[in-house]
Amino acid sequence: MIMKRLFGSDAMALWFLACLLVVTVLVGVLNLATPADSALHVPTYLVALLGKYLCYAILALSIDLVWGYVGILSLGHGAFFALGGYAMGMYLMRQIGPRGVYGDPVLPDFMVFLNWKELPWYWLGFDNFLFAMVMVALVPGILAFVFGYLAFRSRVTGVYLSIITQAMTYALLLAFFRNDMGFGGNNGLTDFKDLLGFNLQTDGMRVALFAASALALALCYLLCLWITRSRFGKVLIAVRDAESRTRFMGYRVEGYKLAAFTLSAVMAGVAGALYVPQVGIINPGEFAPQNSIEAVVWVAVGGRGTLVGAAVGAIVVNFGKTVFTGVLPELWLFALGGLFVFVTLLMPKGIVGTVPQLLDMMRSRKAQNAGETAKPEAPRPAAE
Amino acid sequence: MQIGDTSAPKPILYVDGVTVTFDGFRALNDLSLVIAPGEMRAIIGPNGAGKTTMMDVITGKTRPDVGTVAFNGDVDLTKLDEAAIAQLGIGRKFQKPTVFESHTVRDNLQLALAGLRKPFTVLFAKETAKERQRIDELLELTKLTESHGRLAGDLSHGQKQWLEIGMLLAQEPALLLVDEPVAGMTDAETAETAELLVEINKTRSVVVVEHDMTFVKALGVKVTVLHEGSVLAEGPLDQVQANERVIEVYLGR
Repeated sequence: MIMKRLFGSDAMALWFLACLLVVTVLVGVLNLATPADSALHVPTYLVALLGKYLCYAILALSIDLVWGYVGILSLGHGAFFALGGYAMGMYLMRQIGPRGVYGDPVLPDFMVFLNWKELPWYWLGFDNFLFAMVMVALVPGILAFVFGYLAFRSRVTGVYLSIITQAMTYALLLAFFRNDMGFGGNNGLTDFKDLLGFNLQTDGMRVALFAASALALALCYLLCLWITRSRFGKVLIAVRDAESRTRFMGYRVEGYKLAAFTLSAVMAGVAGALYVPQVGIINPGEFAPQNSIEAVVWVAVGGRGTLVGAAVGAIVVNFGKTVFTGVLPELWLFALGGLFVFVTLLMPKGIVGTVPQLLDMMRSRKAQNAGETAKPEAPRPAAE
Repeated sequence: MQIGDTSAPKPILYVDGVTVTFDGFRALNDLSLVIAPGEMRAIIGPNGAGKTTMMDVITGKTRPDVGTVAFNGDVDLTKLDEAAIAQLGIGRKFQKPTVFESHTVRDNLQLALAGLRKPFTVLFAKETAKERQRIDELLELTKLTESHGRLAGDLSHGQKQWLEIGMLLAQEPALLLVDEPVAGMTDAETAETAELLVEINKTRSVVVVEHDMTFVKALGVKVTVLHEGSVLAEGPLDQVQANERVIEVYLGR
């Protein structure tokens, strides 16, 4: 009953979740249960790579919620992703304990190196996993809430809003580069050992993180699906289509935008938190404006305002990036730019919007052909 | 008439001495206007007379420099924002038809229905039988019953205008502000729209801004002529049309 209401006639949602489940189980089993020399073995580096893609897919989903449904083009979502990543990174640093290079039982290596005597107040509590997880959601959420409150109340929209989101992530990039910020400066946080006491380098842990990312993606997707299909979601689309009409109807548009933007930032933070233990490092480079722009390109390529498209776009483009940067690394940015132009001009609905359209066209053409060949035969029985 | 004067019925809209200046340009200049409950008023005037600015002031989009704008006798509209004013019961129809193009006709009306406006309650809202019934009524009134499942973006220009009027009615406003409803409509559509507005006026006050004189004549109501941000003349259409200053403003000297 609930399932039926949630998906309605939309088979796409079911397909997406089914594919996600199958791939997750398959990759996990083929990594853990097959010998390393087997042809079916999925190497561990690939598990981590796929896990990374899934985190990007969550980030793309969060961007699609605000861009695809409310029309807020955020070019700074990488900041929320990075903040979630830093919160996780801080927990992982505290987990190292006395095993650091300098052997200090409390202070992370970079603080010993900077001659700091005690932990800054904002590092307190990050040795507790639950606290750290709350911060993963809270820090990006609060930043988005304050930023959004100011921006939406002043009715900053369109390209101006996009520019200030860029400025926000750039400001954070510069801030996190500074050693005095206490987040490891340009080296960031790295050299992680354990998560919840389990060694991060083991295959089991890799698969567990991959599966956690898949689960998070599925849950975020279901949440977005539920929201966008509720009446709240209809108001979001109404704001996108005709903001002033929505306002003159009595909806306080700022509140709706703020709710969607904050939720989206929390989702981006969760994505970042899952990303960090899988790649083993978080540094200020994650705040780079081009990261946020790239994430918007994924959504455009996959299909804006379709949810599934955002996830598909993130995975497809990043797979392309992995392959491309391996073969022709210096040409990747040109390829990405070209892809964006191509999609904008020729596939405005993205992969998810265009592929079914093409299939439909092919089917109707086939039906037409079949109809034409069938026609001359049709009068025959009548003539007899 | 004084605000709070108990001897006369409270005006639904009371605009007194309103001035709005944009960079030194006086869009409204000491404008005063009183609309009685249940009245329909047509507002005419050449381009730049301040018709749209007047609507902006009433609906909270623009704050006046000085002046009083009161709704139902005692609600000060100059202190409220658009959403609050809309919730009080003032609906506004734009000149260009503005509907939610990627929603169905039915969803457009559903979103407009008076009632739920807070994000959290809207998130869990389910369409009630009462709501469904009201939507069906509005579909019928605006002759859109057959198109209820179509996307609003696929409607014709005239249908969009009607859908927008339907959405305004769904808000159950006490006062309806309508900006050039028949611009770009065929003669037949214009006549039908006049009928629709007269029908609406049976239960609500209406202020119509319009250029089309045939349409204003068809409405057969009191007319206010705006010029350079203030009222130039007021009265029945034929009387106003005979006014020398009005002729001067419209035809040039």
